[in-house]
Amino acid sequence: MKNRGWIFLIPALAVMSISAFIPLMTVINYSLHYIFAGSAPTYVGLENYVEVLRDPAFLSALGRQLLFSLMVLVVQVPLGIGIALAMPKQGPAVALCLVLLGIPLLIPFNVVGIIARVFCQANIGVLPAFFGLLGYDFNVALDPIDASLTIFFLDVWHWTPLVALLCYAGLRSIPHAFYQAAEIDGASPWKTFRYVTLPKLRSVLILGVLLRFMDSFKIYAEPLLLTGGGPGSATTFMSLHVARKAQSYELGYAGASSVIYLFIVIVFSYIFFQIMTNVGKGGAQE
Amino acid sequence: MKKRYILLIMYFILLIIPIYWMINTSLKPDNEIIKKLTFIPQDFTLQNYKEIFTSPLWRSSFLNSLIYVCLNVVISLLAAIPGAYAFSRWKFRGSHHLFFWLLTNRMAPAAVFMIPFTELYYTLHIYDTHLAVALAHCLFNIPLAVWILEGFMSGIPREIDETAFIDGYSFPRFFGKIFFPLIAPGLGVAAFFCFTFSWIELILAKALTVTNAKPVVVTLTVGIGAEGVRWGLLAAAGVLTMVPGAVVVYFVRNYMAKGFALGRV
Repeated sequence: MKNRGWIFLIPALAVMSISAFIPLMTVINYSLHYIFAGSAPTYVGLENYVEVLRDPAFLSALGRQLLFSLMVLVVQVPLGIGIALAMPKQGPAVALCLVLLGIPLLIPFNVVGIIARVFCQANIGVLPAFFGLLGYDFNVALDPIDASLTIFFLDVWHWTPLVALLCYAGLRSIPHAFYQAAEIDGASPWKTFRYVTLPKLRSVLILGVLLRFMDSFKIYAEPLLLTGGGPGSATTFMSLHVARKAQSYELGYAGASSVIYLFIVIVFSYIFFQIMTNVGKGGAQE
Repeated sequence: MKKRYILLIMYFILLIIPIYWMINTSLKPDNEIIKKLTFIPQDFTLQNYKEIFTSPLWRSSFLNSLIYVCLNVVISLLAAIPGAYAFSRWKFRGSHHLFFWLLTNRMAPAAVFMIPFTELYYTLHIYDTHLAVALAHCLFNIPLAVWILEGFMSGIPREIDETAFIDGYSFPRFFGKIFFPLIAPGLGVAAFFCFTFSWIELILAKALTVTNAKPVVVTLTVGIGAEGVRWGLLAAAGVLTMVPGAVVVYFVRNYMAKGFALGRV
């Protein structure tokens, strides 16, 4: 009986071994070797890791990435909850809202990048024209802050609907009786939200926060298409930095930096997972 | 009450503006796009769409994308259904660690995996085929599908399984006749998310295809960055990339709200 679980997992594990385990092992193998095109790889131990951790370009990409990912969570999660709360509970408007929320999720990353380019292009874009009216010279190609904020708001536009969809699903599962009880007890709207809604949303919020955090580390096509990671390196996030190294066949460096990248994401995800599981439980006891 | 809906409507307007702008751009001839800013096409044209539908390159790209995305959805679900069932029904040795390990694969940087993938699939002789991309996308879709389905399955009481077995149902018959219809909404949601994430993925799809399975996301990137970009054409192709997903959303819209809230996580 105990082994039955493993038998059921065989298909998933078989596919994952081809599409996850073998590539990961290869990457770890790269990270321990000095690889130069045309010659045999030499084993160098942890030298690549030392090189990566001393590289200012890597460290600044990492800092930028962490700031970006935390901003993503700070803005998208409350906004997503707000949208879910504001959505109608029944009627034909529900389907419309759900379909509208679903549409941005279906737009490929590079199409999002194309939309951004069309919006921000110096002569033809809407944003430069709009900010021009306000007397501000908006230029993603020259101003690092303009470029970073554009990428950030693009991500908010693209992915907040995911959080909203998850939260809406969570809200729908809260029995109406809970709210009636809160109303009878004379709870304020804030207290109802804090002690009835939020604890019940815990499981979907864990999913939402983890998905957004993991996926925000993968941001790649949008900065690449908007400014190529520039101006300077203002929008060179982790994936872009690592991919550049991989594309120029610095495989040792790319391997080591992606192992570090993976380690950081796993550690942070684990911390979020622990905090959110325990804080929610504390709230239920109060 | 009213204020809430005004804010919601404002949000949806902001949500739609970029999409409207792309549709707007796609219906303009190139010289109108470059010369001035117009909020509705003054020189309305369907030329961009006509060009896409008559071009064999664009047509085959759309077809390639659809083939590998559907293949990926099928593989992901077939692998994830038994796996999710095992996680939701039995606590076996190592099951917690295994569940977390599966999830960590979603975090893997696709940008770096593309080189090992290329080498591996070259060795397996499936490089530049639909199967290669479909398998590669399992990297992030199987964990997600297991996660979602496990939630749905945990919401179904174990007693249902036990009663069915007492009634003399064999396992496959129980699965097909009783369990399958119960988790249909979960399958819809999982299929939608697998479809979405596979459809929009660029890095692996680009690395693993040359010509035979070249997807539309790759065809789209051609010519960007060069002078004289055909914005109208790209916008039209961008609009068309939203169509298959919108169809899928329409079919699963009633299930979307039901899922997720159940189960472990």
